[in-house]
Amino acid sequence: MAIDSLAGLMQAGAERDLFDVILENDCRERGALREDSLARMRMLYAAIRRAGRGYDPALRSGSGMVGGDGARMRAHAASGKTICGEYIGSVIAQALEMGESNACMKCIVAAPTAGSCGVLPAVLLPYQQREGLDDETMVRAMYVSGMIGQIIARKASIAGASGGCQAEIGSASAMAAAALCYLAGGSAEAVCHAAAIAVKSLLGLVCDPIAGLVEVPCVKRNAAGAMIAMSSADMALAGIRSAVPPDEVIAAMREVGDKMDVSLKETGVGGVAGTPFGQSIAKKMSGKSE
Amino acid sequence: MNIFDILGPVMVGPSSSHTAGAVRIGRIARRLLGEGTPVHAWIGLSGSFAATGRGHGTDRAIIAGLLGMQTDDERIASSFACAAQEGMAFTFESVKLTGEHPNTAKLILTARSGRTMEMVASSLGGGRIMVVELDGLRANFSGDLPTLIVQNMDQPGHVSDVTSMLAHKGINIATLQLSRDHPGGNAVMILEIDKAVPQEGIAWLARTEGIRRVTFVDAEPVEVQA
Ligand code: SF4
Repeated sequence: MAIDSLAGLMQAGAERDLFDVILENDCRERGALREDSLARMRMLYAAIRRAGRGYDPALRSGSGMVGGDGARMRAHAASGKTICGEYIGSVIAQALEMGESNACMKCIVAAPTAGSCGVLPAVLLPYQQREGLDDETMVRAMYVSGMIGQIIARKASIAGASGGCQAEIGSASAMAAAALCYLAGGSAEAVCHAAAIAVKSLLGLVCDPIAGLVEVPCVKRNAAGAMIAMSSADMALAGIRSAVPPDEVIAAMREVGDKMDVSLKETGVGGVAGTPFGQSIAKKMSGKSE
Repeated sequence: MNIFDILGPVMVGPSSSHTAGAVRIGRIARRLLGEGTPVHAWIGLSGSFAATGRGHGTDRAIIAGLLGMQTDDERIASSFACAAQEGMAFTFESVKLTGEHPNTAKLILTARSGRTMEMVASSLGGGRIMVVELDGLRANFSGDLPTLIVQNMDQPGHVSDVTSMLAHKGINIATLQLSRDHPGGNAVMILEIDKAVPQEGIAWLARTEGIRRVTFVDAEPVEVQA
């Protein structure tokens, strides 16, 4: 039977490794061979690593609003003067770099979307380096993150236009929290609760990109999504559980997305897009396209 | 949605619908024209493609696709310069295409041979696309599967010409669409099939009376390989 809920995933992963359960599930769903599925996931992780190396601090986005902040944050992280410490500083830097690379037309891996592409790499790349993990281990964690995204997509949404930013950055954060929790040896139950805690923390986040461009507030929200992924994973590893059952959290996410006003769902009308500054950029950009 | 709809595509940003989808629209147009890089492309952008396309690089993405680039090609950002090098001229206009998906483009391509091809395609989100009109006739295919397109005079017998050729070659049909402008006028048959049609099958169809043009586009690679 296909896994279609977090309860189902917790149950399937109670006795067996989550990676094995999810890989099997994928092969069954797509009628794919194990080796083909693995090859494709390895390719995606390799692309994430390449994208991480490909950051260019000199680039600026179409509107000129985005670029260079990843390098600023990286320098700050290395300065010894951070509030969060060097490691978390590098996570923030990685999130910004990936978000900026996306806005500046560099190659990235959508996870689950292009706008939220920085969250997963931001938690995975520094963790891999710190723990000295091999790529194969990271690929296993990718399956765990993908399965969480799949369940959210099925029960709620992963598109800002239909569910608000909670569906993009919120989903990415849940996926990242689950991957981290899995890598750190958390049980299937802990993994699913980490995801649920992350979703709850970002519930209600609206999608309000200035001028409809994936730049502001998107890039910096990747850093926020990564932070919440880390705190959620650590809570779950500590034995803390989401008081609300994980599937009910996803159902709540759907309800909030449905109730969200259309001006707050990728229309470039409400939220920060609707501020005088946001509107001035929108005006400038529409002038450009004439 | 499967796990690879969640993770991936590997793509040049910033938007899967406005950038990656736009590259794919350019690619399918190039493949449908079938003669390599066109010498001229007229591109009409509609809806949100027109409104936010410039900031999302939709224009550069379509040109990149017309030049044959994949969604992860970092030359997308500088595709206009590549087009100049390859001798492809192009014009963009904002147009209103009614009744289509919000992210829609119309392309009119001219091949080196002088042949022209007209196509309307929409970007559906997550990089997925749909061709909704081909040479003025309604269509509904993505180009992800091997696709056989037969343009013919609207007269009896052509469907069986095509299906018997495929049966003869042992090729299974996944979907079949028919449309025409008016009875006895121009018609198009679009078949998504399970594997590639051998060259002689295409040539045989092309020689059949009443069939004006046969185009085969093979499956797009599932995912850009590293
Ligand atoms: S604000 Fe909207 S476009 Fe930007 S990351 Fe969030 S969901 Fe995506």
